[in-house]
Amino acid sequence: MSITDPTTSLRLEIDIDVPQEHAFAVFTEQFDRIKPREYNMLEVDIEETVFETHVGGHVYDRGVDGSVCRWARVLAFEPPERFVITWDIGTRWQVETDPDKASEVEVRFVPLAAERTRVELVHRHLDRHGDGWQGFRQGLESPGGWPVFLERFRELATRT
Amino acid sequence: MPTADAWTALGDPTRRGILARVLRQPSSVNDLARDLPVSRPAVSQHLHVLLEARLVDVRPQGRQRIYTARLDGLESLRRELETFWTQALANLKRVAEESYRHTEE
Repeated sequence: MSITDPTTSLRLEIDIDVPQEHAFAVFTEQFDRIKPREYNMLEVDIEETVFETHVGGHVYDRGVDGSVCRWARVLAFEPPERFVITWDIGTRWQVETDPDKASEVEVRFVPLAAERTRVELVHRHLDRHGDGWQGFRQGLESPGGWPVFLERFRELATRT
Repeated sequence: MPTADAWTALGDPTRRGILARVLRQPSSVNDLARDLPVSRPAVSQHLHVLLEARLVDVRPQGRQRIYTARLDGLESLRRELETFWTQALANLKRVAEESYRHTEE
């Protein structure tokens, strides 16, 4: 378990009346039906959203014209217990190509009974997407880092 | 996004210390006065400046007022992602329960 900072993460859970294996399989193999449709970074409608069910795979949208938008990388894939994907989408809902600026989504499937599963979702390291908020925080916490950050902050402050 | 007021408010190292502290952990004036080398009235004054600059928020909790760091950019991103994932989990519940009942019948 990695440490999750509540100020830079989002935590959600839902209980589902199906076995753990089924919940995991549906989330990943039928991700096309899970992902809200209206979120689309392609220029055309989405034909299908694919979750490649192995470490190193991607999650991608395929448009009706065949174009592809990869917006997540699979970091951990451990059926039926958990998976971790990156979130390579920036704050303006555009694909983020810098992996250092990607946040992370971990989904755990906890069996509560034979036919009941708790799905726990944590979307963490949101500050990695921040326009300067990450530096802001580091600057605040390390006196030595402050002068460098101050410059960055000034740029941001004068731009708005 | 930071504002010009925020810029001025952060010119003071004590205020930066207070903001760093509430960023790590939401705190009351008493918590801050206890942990930082600053008197209680001075902490209150600094918090007032940080509130004006919209760098912190305050909410009542029992008899205390708790100060939290305000990260607007982060907050709006969090809300957007919450909408996305809440919808996704609701879809999961519907699709998983429907398909499971189907295989049982």
